[in-house]
Amino acid sequence: MDNQNKLWRVALYAVLVYAAVYYLLPLYIMATTSVKSMDEIRAGNLIALPMSITFDAWGKAWATACTGVECGGLSRYFWNSVQMVIPAVLISTTLGAINGYVLSKWRFRGSELTFALILFGVFIPFQVVLLPMAQTLGWFGMARSVAGLVFVHVVFGIASTTLFFRNYYVGIPDELIKAARLDGAGFWRIFFKVVLPMSTPIVMVVLIWQFTQIWNDFLFGVVFSSGDSQPITVGLNNLANTSTSVKEYNVDMAAAIIAALPTIIVYVLAGKYFVRGLTAGAVKG
Amino acid sequence: MTSYNGPAQYGFAERWLPRLVLAPSFLLTLVFVYGFILWNGYLSFTTSRLLPNYEWAGLAQYTTLFANERWWVAVKNLFIFGSLFIGGAMAVGIFLAVLLDQKVRQEGALRTLYLYPMALSFIVTGTAWKWMLNPGLGLEKLVQDWGFTNFTFDWLVNPDMSIYTVVIAGIWQSSGFVMALFLAGLRGIDDSIIKAAQIDGASLPRIYWKIVLPALRPVFFSTLMILAHIAIKSFDLVMALTGGGPGFSSDVPATFMYSTAFTRGQMGVGAASAMMMLMTVAAIVVPYLYSELRGSRNG
Repeated sequence: MDNQNKLWRVALYAVLVYAAVYYLLPLYIMATTSVKSMDEIRAGNLIALPMSITFDAWGKAWATACTGVECGGLSRYFWNSVQMVIPAVLISTTLGAINGYVLSKWRFRGSELTFALILFGVFIPFQVVLLPMAQTLGWFGMARSVAGLVFVHVVFGIASTTLFFRNYYVGIPDELIKAARLDGAGFWRIFFKVVLPMSTPIVMVVLIWQFTQIWNDFLFGVVFSSGDSQPITVGLNNLANTSTSVKEYNVDMAAAIIAALPTIIVYVLAGKYFVRGLTAGAVKG
Repeated sequence: MTSYNGPAQYGFAERWLPRLVLAPSFLLTLVFVYGFILWNGYLSFTTSRLLPNYEWAGLAQYTTLFANERWWVAVKNLFIFGSLFIGGAMAVGIFLAVLLDQKVRQEGALRTLYLYPMALSFIVTGTAWKWMLNPGLGLEKLVQDWGFTNFTFDWLVNPDMSIYTVVIAGIWQSSGFVMALFLAGLRGIDDSIIKAAQIDGASLPRIYWKIVLPALRPVFFSTLMILAHIAIKSFDLVMALTGGGPGFSSDVPATFMYSTAFTRGQMGVGAASAMMMLMTVAAIVVPYLYSELRGSRNG
């Protein structure tokens, strides 16, 4: 019995480690490929360790690689994404917090219906709003601009931020709100003095969720921007699909890591909140 | 901000403030979600091509869509990709969740490793897998170098197989997520049920198969919804990995809609295909949402 048990534990760990290798291998291959020279890539194989390390591909991916007709690397796209993601995350999170507060603590006739209507926005395939949105952004002079992308991400981010905050605030006891009201606190005072101080975990979850979603978005980026307003995902896709005579996989991989770095850093630093955000969507509120 | 002396009744502001505060988001949703759905629906009944045009065309765009071979390839690919992706991610995810639930050491570290692909953009995943699966220098060469000189792996450039590369990359990215959902569900199950079954002499696989997994039906259902949703919306991964190619062999409805509406100047057909996508999602999501909201109101 004991021996059999030991065997079972060994097999268990073997499978778990094997799975870890399966998830890590692509990251390992990306990292090693990005520091190899093209000669070494052609001579060696996919998983071989680099014989000599060079950061030429990184420099090229950042500053001089061709993304279509232009050859300025990913740096421009990277800064576009930074300019897009900061206001879009802050605005959509703020709106979500206030909406969630109203929908959980200040319910009124019709507020449940409002919630259901907003919630459906989480699920729509965005293809159905692309054509009208492209036209509307044009009318407001925001077509092909970073401001237009911020607007789109805010509008279609409200649904999920509202859902997150509403589900969290439902768990705050109503008695706290009632007590504050008896003390004469009004709508905003209760929000800032009672509710907001208890919101740190959910604020973290939503900030990280929105950051990851918006940084990683490709659909809105490719449809609503062009030239000098395109985000990093579009830049990476252009770079990797630009047909040049020689395919430089090392530059592609360096570019892919550059595009992934901000979300990976966030995941490493605050993975707990990221996982909570992922699972919160599936757990009933 | 405002202070009140009488506690009992709220003042005028307290009664209207909540509605006023919610109003901007409500209006944005009304216009940019529901209004735009109607607008797109209207476009799908017009003769719009390169530019929007509001001349009524009846069902002409839908007739064109349904006569388009490329659309049916996209639908078939969504079906293949959807079922294999959902089935594969579920199987891998549940398997890993059950293993991680056996009180293993370093569980936190393993979980982190299994889940990090979810933090990546599908464009990054697509770019990475495109390099690994490329027939010239990637996996094929690696296995050949190991001595299997006849080994070929050309799915990426083989029109019959290209959609399966999307399945491979999709499962890699999303199975950790399934693991996290099921692990959270497993942790919610009362240990005493499992202990009781063990005392009765039931084997571990049998306990999981007969008792634990059936108890996770709600988690299973939500995960299914989320994966189906990812599958129907999938656009980035296909664009980065195969670009819908070779030819249009790995097109899915999302890439079909994008290329018809934005690069091939067939706006009406694009709008019609978007409506088909919406109806597919609505057919799955509306009953689900209805039961969820009703459930939370009752209990």
